[in-house]
Amino acid sequence: MPGRIAVSTRAAATWQRATLTEIRRETPYAATFRFAVPDWAGHLPGQHLMLRLRAQDGYVAQRHYSIASPPDDSGHIELTLDHVDDGEVSGWFHTVAKPGDEVELRGPLSGFFAWPGDRPALLIGAGSGVVPLMSMVRHHRASGLTVPLRLLVSARGPEELIYASEYGPETTTVFTRTAPEGVAVGRVSAAHVAGLLADGPDGGWEAYVCGSNGFAEHASRLLVDAGQPVDRIRIERFG
Amino acid sequence: MNVTRGFAGRPRVRNDGLPPGQYDAGDDWPVLSAEVTPELAPAEWTFTVDGLVAEPRTWTWDEAHALPPSAYEGDIHCVTSWSKFGVRFSGVSLDAFLGPVRPSAEATHAVAYSHTGYTTNLPLADLTGGRAWIVWEYGDEPLPAEHGGPARLLVPHLYFWKSAKWIAGIRLLDHDEPGFWEQNGYHHRGNPWEEQRYSGD
Ligand SMILES: Cc1cc2nc3c(=O)[nH]c(=O)nc-3n(C[C@H](O)[C@H](O)[C@H](O)COP(=O)(O)OP(=O)(O)OC[C@H]3O[C@@H](n4cnc5c(N)ncnc54)[C@H](O)[C@@H]3O)c2cc1C
Repeated sequence: MPGRIAVSTRAAATWQRATLTEIRRETPYAATFRFAVPDWAGHLPGQHLMLRLRAQDGYVAQRHYSIASPPDDSGHIELTLDHVDDGEVSGWFHTVAKPGDEVELRGPLSGFFAWPGDRPALLIGAGSGVVPLMSMVRHHRASGLTVPLRLLVSARGPEELIYASEYGPETTTVFTRTAPEGVAVGRVSAAHVAGLLADGPDGGWEAYVCGSNGFAEHASRLLVDAGQPVDRIRIERFG
Repeated sequence: MNVTRGFAGRPRVRNDGLPPGQYDAGDDWPVLSAEVTPELAPAEWTFTVDGLVAEPRTWTWDEAHALPPSAYEGDIHCVTSWSKFGVRFSGVSLDAFLGPVRPSAEATHAVAYSHTGYTTNLPLADLTGGRAWIVWEYGDEPLPAEHGGPARLLVPHLYFWKSAKWIAGIRLLDHDEPGFWEQNGYHHRGNPWEEQRYSGD
């Protein structure tokens, strides 16, 4: 397995209040939620946190969410949530939440999927799996990094592509159900991966794969088949 | 802790089997592993117990299957908040492997490691006395690779990251040595009933 990046265990152990400050619609099914978290310890792109909601009767729901925003010192972080059918937590965010609401969170958690911006990174994501990868892309831009970075992002169709307006030349988009005129429809394929590996930097890529389990299995298998070493593939599965 | 405005949660029946902060995943069995699922054939699988033992030993697939069978029927709990009720895993009790190697009196902890290099630490007491298994069947089917097949460790009374997939062996130590997630900020023991999720809990 790839190595790790040390993380603050104190931040991971403490629940903090976060105040929702802004909601931005990304697609019909996904929205970005911006929070003020005054004591946020900072994070590395790729890290996630645990969020909890509490009902009147004491019932608690907690879920993991990747951090979408790049590291910044403004005491704010952003999450992007898919609206899952009948989803308990994502349902609350998409139908009830409004600026001023408070939730609790702890983190950032786990340094495993983190990318500090030090090594060439090949990012492959599908659906909301692009969230932690976008934190990396944004970090790359905001910090003016020159280390090579490529993003391969898969969505069902253009209207479901999260962060569509933010992608640049580092990004290849793949549409699995519907695509604009003249653009092929299909899954992330061996050809996509082979192209990115062939185009890789000396010493190769660190690969980061994120999405549903099915997607993660598919994409990581393509990488292995194309010759990417297994110990240089990090996977975050959303379930 | 404050109540979240407008959050009622899904209608639920009281469930005493659910540890704090967990939800019932029903028929779902989410896959949570940070690595590529290995293609490990049963013929290539081995299981070793070494470290502070009188006679370190490695079992092949067939040798492990010749040990007395033992099944677990009950619940499992993942640190990511889902629990799964009434599951059945079959394999061999870890006691059947620990007996013949004769652990030294100084052995207090263990590191379980996988064929992929994953590690997780456990107090030895959590692995003995019929509380841990090496399992290769889920229901009556071979354990799927993405869930750790051909064989995984099963320590159902702790969070599931302790139940190392693709188990390759257990090394007995006289001290605690944090494994992969434990070095990543997770709790050293991981008791779901005490909500020992992250270090500091
Ligand atoms: C490390 C990590 C990072 C993640 N990052 C993100 C992210 O950036 N963005 C994102 O959108 N998601 C992310 N996820 C997924 C996220 O944690 C949640 O799983 C997701 O938001 C769904 O939660 P929910 O409460 O809305 O749905 P849940 O209520 O958990 O429901 C999920 C599904 O199960 C069914 N279900 C569950 N329980 C019941 C029940 N009792 N009765 C009926 N149906 C039920 C629901 O119908 C639904 O289809 C991440 C997960 C992990 C592990």
